[in-house]
Amino acid sequence: MENFQYILPEIFISIAIMLFLLVGVFKKNSSNLIYSLSTISLVILLALIINLSSQDKIYLFNNSYQIDNLSNYMKIILVGSGVFVMLTGSKYIQVINLNKIEYPILILSSILGMMIMISSNDLIVFYMGLELQSLALYVLASFNRDNLLSTESGLKYFVLSALSSGLLLYGCSLIYGFSESTNFDQILINSTEFNFGTTFGIVFILVGLAFKISAVPFHMWAPDVYQGSPTSVTLFFAILPKIAALSVFIKFLYTPFANMNDQWQTIIVFISIASMIFGAVAAIGQKNLKRLIAYSSISHMGYALAGLATVSNQGIQSSITYISIYLVMNLAFFSCLFMLKRNDKYYENIEDLSGLSKKHPILSFSFLIVLFSLAGIPPLAGFFAKFYVFLAVIEQSMYFLAIVGLLATVVAAFYYLRIIKIIYFDPEKEEYETSNNLGLKITLAISTIFILAYFIYPSGITEIVSKITMI
Amino acid sequence: MNFPILSSLILLPTIGALFILFTKSSSEKYQSSKYVALFISLANFLLSLYLWYVFDKNSVNFQFVENREWLSGFINYKVGIDGISILFVILTTFITPICIISVNATITTRLKDFLIAILIMETFMIGVFCSLDLVVFYLFFEAGLIPMFLIIGIWGGERRVYSAFKFFLYTLLGSVLMLVAIISIYWITGTTDVEKLYELGIKTEYQNLLWLAFFSSFAVKTPMWPVHTWLPDAHVEAPTVGSVLLAAILLKMAGYGFIRFSLGLFPIASENFTMLVYILSLIAIIYTSLVALMQEDMKKLIAYSSVAHMGFVTLGIFTMTQQGIEGSIFQMISHGLISAALFLSVGVVYERHHTRLINRYGGLVSIMPRYAIVFMVFTLGALGLPGTTGFIGEFLILMGAFEKNILVAMIASLGVILGAAYMLWLFKRVVFGEMNNQELKNMKDLKTFEIITLSALVIPILFFGFYPEPLMNSIEASVENTLNMYNFDLINNLASKN
Repeated sequence: MENFQYILPEIFISIAIMLFLLVGVFKKNSSNLIYSLSTISLVILLALIINLSSQDKIYLFNNSYQIDNLSNYMKIILVGSGVFVMLTGSKYIQVINLNKIEYPILILSSILGMMIMISSNDLIVFYMGLELQSLALYVLASFNRDNLLSTESGLKYFVLSALSSGLLLYGCSLIYGFSESTNFDQILINSTEFNFGTTFGIVFILVGLAFKISAVPFHMWAPDVYQGSPTSVTLFFAILPKIAALSVFIKFLYTPFANMNDQWQTIIVFISIASMIFGAVAAIGQKNLKRLIAYSSISHMGYALAGLATVSNQGIQSSITYISIYLVMNLAFFSCLFMLKRNDKYYENIEDLSGLSKKHPILSFSFLIVLFSLAGIPPLAGFFAKFYVFLAVIEQSMYFLAIVGLLATVVAAFYYLRIIKIIYFDPEKEEYETSNNLGLKITLAISTIFILAYFIYPSGITEIVSKITMI
Repeated sequence: MNFPILSSLILLPTIGALFILFTKSSSEKYQSSKYVALFISLANFLLSLYLWYVFDKNSVNFQFVENREWLSGFINYKVGIDGISILFVILTTFITPICIISVNATITTRLKDFLIAILIMETFMIGVFCSLDLVVFYLFFEAGLIPMFLIIGIWGGERRVYSAFKFFLYTLLGSVLMLVAIISIYWITGTTDVEKLYELGIKTEYQNLLWLAFFSSFAVKTPMWPVHTWLPDAHVEAPTVGSVLLAAILLKMAGYGFIRFSLGLFPIASENFTMLVYILSLIAIIYTSLVALMQEDMKKLIAYSSVAHMGFVTLGIFTMTQQGIEGSIFQMISHGLISAALFLSVGVVYERHHTRLINRYGGLVSIMPRYAIVFMVFTLGALGLPGTTGFIGEFLILMGAFEKNILVAMIASLGVILGAAYMLWLFKRVVFGEMNNQELKNMKDLKTFEIITLSALVIPILFFGFYPEPLMNSIEASVENTLNMYNFDLINNLASKN
């Protein structure tokens, strides 16, 4: 038990969750208090993780829990974006009357589940973390329970996610059966020879993970859930589960299945190409901004997976860089969405943006930057994200993947341009209220400046990420 | 020479744009932000003239090189200029203030945003001509799409949305393959530094594919037949100043790219594909000249003539002769001045009469004599009359072409005749003839600022037409060096085959 200090962050957040739950039960009208406390506890959690991050590889609890550079970095961006999700959403959930004590507590427990997922080094621990985050997400998706769409999205997510969890569990049991262990490192040692059982296990596990990351062909839930959930939950959905799932992806592919890369590489390449193309094409006809960003995130996940398909450290690092920049772009995009408020109603259709630039030049400019960045136009951050991925992909001479990916960006550019066209070229509509929510404004400012000024010092993230090596 | 003069050139317009952005935007202040923009762009022009003054014209090396660590150690921010790029830098800094002076004639809404867009655009354009690293080049090359998309889309004509989308997607589609090629070069040779790549060379077996990838981008941007269709749309819908920027500078990026990268990095592939470029250039020259003859819209006519002129440029570059390449560079500078002037001239009458249709005009000479004179100079320049810059460029290109391939040269010469036909016919229909349209009677002759901008363009067109030596002087050494490297690589390749 001498290594207990290394899971201090997890212990801290578990205690905080239970404490807040008690406060919420015994103190009336404490939802605002708990919301603020949760935000603060996330900041403390972040500090705790950063404090630990100087450590090298540490194994805990019989090798079933692992803390290394990968898990530290992923946890930092996970909790960091969690803080910003809380900051941007605070006003929103008050306005649409969802400010209940359960909301921040569910978010915290979901984050706890993700942290366990990221650090897990054992199939059982991994599954425990996965279910903790998923159960919290089911409730969050249907949190606006009087709204038909929200209820639908929660139910849909629950049914499909349960199915994928089932597949994942089946995969885990196959792996256990054929490699005689649930520990990742042990699986790696035991699975040196090819056998069909392990291959099937890998396929089932990849299906389950692809579902969590909303990659084609397991993406069907994403558009409905994105559109139906309250916007602050959508933001959560767009960022945090993806960070966790990508981290687990990296972990699975490069620890227990590292010897089997000839088995899974084709699968990842296929999923990646399908996501890039489908996400780009399907987004063209969308009218709802949240639905559109769902398709856009599908295609972005395709690019992140393209990095993983390379079987190289460069590729893993490029994927991690990609998701880091992706989360900032999503934060910026949703912060812009939260600004579209008039008479206590939030607007989320593309037409509502018509002529925004005349009355709201700064907001429109942020939109412009974010959208061009999502489209991957230099010199914005989104370009560098794609650049790193293609650098890694071409290093492995996977030209087909690179060219398809780049052509998909041209298709994707079309629908981003369409939004810009509506903001800048179309006749103006009614004015929106100017927001006085400081947290939201700060988030928008930070994320926009990050995207805009990334090119001045692009090696910052790369240097941190370059410490993460799996091979 | 520690002062980072090129980076200052690149950054100064952006600083100006930020300054304008953070000044209050009330309608009375519009004038002041215009003066700021003008001041910044003129300062940049003077800085670039100073650069030309201190530039060593006899050296073949890149000068004023700045090399900084940028992308975590493996890609550097590297800028520098040689005799070829300095002319394009000066062209850019010269055209920008002219654009800013002519702004108030055409732009009525959101002037501040427009000025910011132009200044940001200037940053990117100078960046393209200075960058000595492929990734930095790509960055500037692509980034220019954003302000241009907005310029066409926000301040353009009726079909602006269609044109802006077409412009953006066409160019983006062309460029993504270049990105693949650039990254491949990095993994093949271990660097994207242009100077190092010149020394190292790229293995023969890769050259053809890489050349084609670069070609796909440059051909769209030039634009070459058959991917030229975005240009007439973009020109017609863009505001006057947008057309000027597009014709004068944006199109030159590709021509510059051909010389710097296609010839410099892939000499063997360039030699292999010479015939392809010849054929596409000849089709561009003849076909688009014929199309230009049939146009009823003045801007569209000039746009098609641009395609034809750029056809001469690509033809000249791929003759791989001293005259041909020098002529192409000269032609690009000359076309930059003349097409800018022509679009401004169209803007002058469009602003007064609000139509670009040729048949609505006629007999302008009697009410606008000054306009008739400057327009005539530009028309004659565009058709390549001796004594204007247009002549020297075309003449040198044809000289180079005759040396290499007589048939190609003869067909290209036909284009000169066609060029004369459509330009003179345009001039005749607009300026001479009967004045049938009574509304034209109220049109006033040139205003002061129009006289300033147009005469600022007349002077270099005539001056360098009679005395091209200063321009030729500065490009000669660099072109010779490019050609020497090119021939050296070819001979080596032949030797290795035997």
